[in-house]
Amino acid sequence: MVHGITFVFAATVIAIAVLLVTQLWGQSALSRAKFGWSFFVGRTWDPVAGEFGALPFIYGTVMTSALALLIAVPLGLGSAIFLAEMAPPRISDALTFVIELLAAVPSVIYGLLGAFLLVPLMRTVVQPALIATLGYLPEFKGPNYGVGVLTASVVLAIMILPFVVSISREALMAVPREQREGALAVGATRWESTWQVVVPFARLGIAGSVFLALARALGETMAVTMVIGNDPKISSSLLAPGYSIAAVIANEFTEATSDLHLSALVELALVLCLLTIVINGLARLLILATTRKGTAQP
Amino acid sequence: MTWRKLVNMSMFGITALCTLVTVSTLFFILGALIYHGATSLNWAFFTRLPVPVGETGGGMANAIVGTGKLLLLTILMGVPAGFIGGVYLSEFGGAAFSSVVRYTADLLNGAPSIVIGILAYALVVKRMGHFSTFAGGFALSLIVIPITLRSTEQFLRVVPQSLREGALALGASKWKAVVTVVIPAAMRGVLTGTILGVARVAGETAPLLFTAFGNPYWSAGWLHPTSALPMMVYTYGLAPYEDWHRQAWAAGLVLLVMMLIANIGARLILSPRGAQST
Repeated sequence: MVHGITFVFAATVIAIAVLLVTQLWGQSALSRAKFGWSFFVGRTWDPVAGEFGALPFIYGTVMTSALALLIAVPLGLGSAIFLAEMAPPRISDALTFVIELLAAVPSVIYGLLGAFLLVPLMRTVVQPALIATLGYLPEFKGPNYGVGVLTASVVLAIMILPFVVSISREALMAVPREQREGALAVGATRWESTWQVVVPFARLGIAGSVFLALARALGETMAVTMVIGNDPKISSSLLAPGYSIAAVIANEFTEATSDLHLSALVELALVLCLLTIVINGLARLLILATTRKGTAQP
Repeated sequence: MTWRKLVNMSMFGITALCTLVTVSTLFFILGALIYHGATSLNWAFFTRLPVPVGETGGGMANAIVGTGKLLLLTILMGVPAGFIGGVYLSEFGGAAFSSVVRYTADLLNGAPSIVIGILAYALVVKRMGHFSTFAGGFALSLIVIPITLRSTEQFLRVVPQSLREGALALGASKWKAVVTVVIPAAMRGVLTGTILGVARVAGETAPLLFTAFGNPYWSAGWLHPTSALPMMVYTYGLAPYEDWHRQAWAAGLVLLVMMLIANIGARLILSPRGAQST
C-alpha cells in the first residue's frame, strides 16, 4: 500500500518527462506540418507574413554556447585543478563553497549585470579594441552596439563556469591516490603528476562537466535575452546582435499573433528540449563512468 | 631540473589565478548589487505597489507577496511529491526502475526551465483559459520535483543499514521503520536539500513569463495572474525608465540576499558546528 503510493510519486518524474516531449510534439503539429524540415534552414522569421524559419535562432544558440565554452572551459579547468590538486584542503573547501553559491545566483541577476555593466564595457572598451586590432577579420568587423553575440557569450561563460569547476573538481578528486603517489614517487613534480596522470585519468568526467555546461548554456534564457540584442539575423560578425531559441520563446510566446506563430515557437522549444536532453544524457553517462571507476588507462 | 620546478611554480600561479577570477565573480556580483540597489531599499519598496510610468517611488510589495505565494504552492505541491518519490527510490525501489527514474530526474534537472514553462502552459494555462498564480506554482513544482527527489534519495541512502535492521528486528513493519527511524535520521539532510531546491526555483523567471504572467497590482487570488520578484528584475531592468532601473537593482539585491541566506543556512543546518567542518 505505502509501497504503491511512493511508487506513484517516483513514477511522476517519468510522467513529467513523457508529457514534456509529447506535449511539445503535439502542440507543434501545425508548424511541423506546414514547414517540415525546411523549418531548420529557413532564415526568415516574420510573424506578420506567417513565415517561420529557425536557422537564425539555432545559429545564435549554438554560437553563443560554443564561444561560452571556449572561454569557460580553460578557466574552469584551471580552477578545478587548483582546487583539487594544488590548494590546501581547507582553502579548497571554502573556495568551493563560494563557487557553489555562484551556481545558485538566479540567471536574471546575471542578465541585469550584463545589461547594465557588461554592455557599456563592451561598447566603450572591449569592442572598439577588438575592431581596432582584429577588425580585418569578418568576425570582428562591428557594428559596435554593446549588445550582441559576443556579449551574450561572455555572460554565458560566467554563468556556466561554476558548473565546469565543481564537476571537474569532483572528477579529479575521484582519481585514486595511488595514481598521484606513483607519479610523485618516480620524481614527477606536483604539476607533472596532475597534468600527465590525474587529468588524463579523469578525462571522461571532465568531458562530462563540459557537456553539462554546454546543455546549461544552450537552454539559458533570461540573461541571454537581456544582452544578445534580439535580432533574428545571421551575421558574420560576432559583435552584431543575434537571437537565441530560448530568447525568442521568452519574448514572443505570450504575444504570439497566430496559432502558427505559437506552434513554431513550440517547435523551437522541442528542438531545444531534445538537444539538451541528448547532451545531458551523454554528460551523465560520462560522469557516472568516471566517478565509479575512473577512465580506463591505455 | 630547475626548468621543471619553474613550470610547476608557474602552473600553480596560473591555476590559482583562474580560481581567483572565478571566485571573485561572486563578490563582484554582490558588490555591484549593493552599490546600485541598496540605496533604493526603503520601507516603500517592501510595502507599496508599483506606481504608473512617469511617477517616481512606489515599491514591489505585490511581487514580494507573489513570490511568497508561488513558493508556498511549490512547497505544498512539488516538494512533497519529490520527497515521497525519493523515499521510494531509497527504500522500496528495485534497481532497474530506480536507475531509470534517477536518470530521468537528472535529465529533467538539466532541461531548460523555459521549456518546463511551456509544459505548464499547455497543461494548465491552456485548459483554464487564462494565466494564474496556480499555473506559476505548478511550473515551479515541475522544476522542484526532480531536484527534491534526488536530494531526498541521496540523504536517505547514507542512513546506516543497521538502523533499518534494528527497527525491523523490533518488529516494525517496513514502512513504519522508514517513517519513524530512517526519515527522522535523515531529516537534516532532507531539509537542506529542500531549502536548496526551493531557493533555486525562487530565482526562476523564464517559466513564470507565460504561467504567472505578471501583474502590476495585487493579485486577486490564486486563479489570477501575479507578479514575482525575478520577473520584476527582468521587466524593470529592460524598461527605458531611470526610476525603474533603480528598483530593478533593489529587487535583484533582495533576490540575491534571499538566495545567499538560503544556501548558507542550508549549509549550517547540515553541519551545525559551522561551515568549516564539512
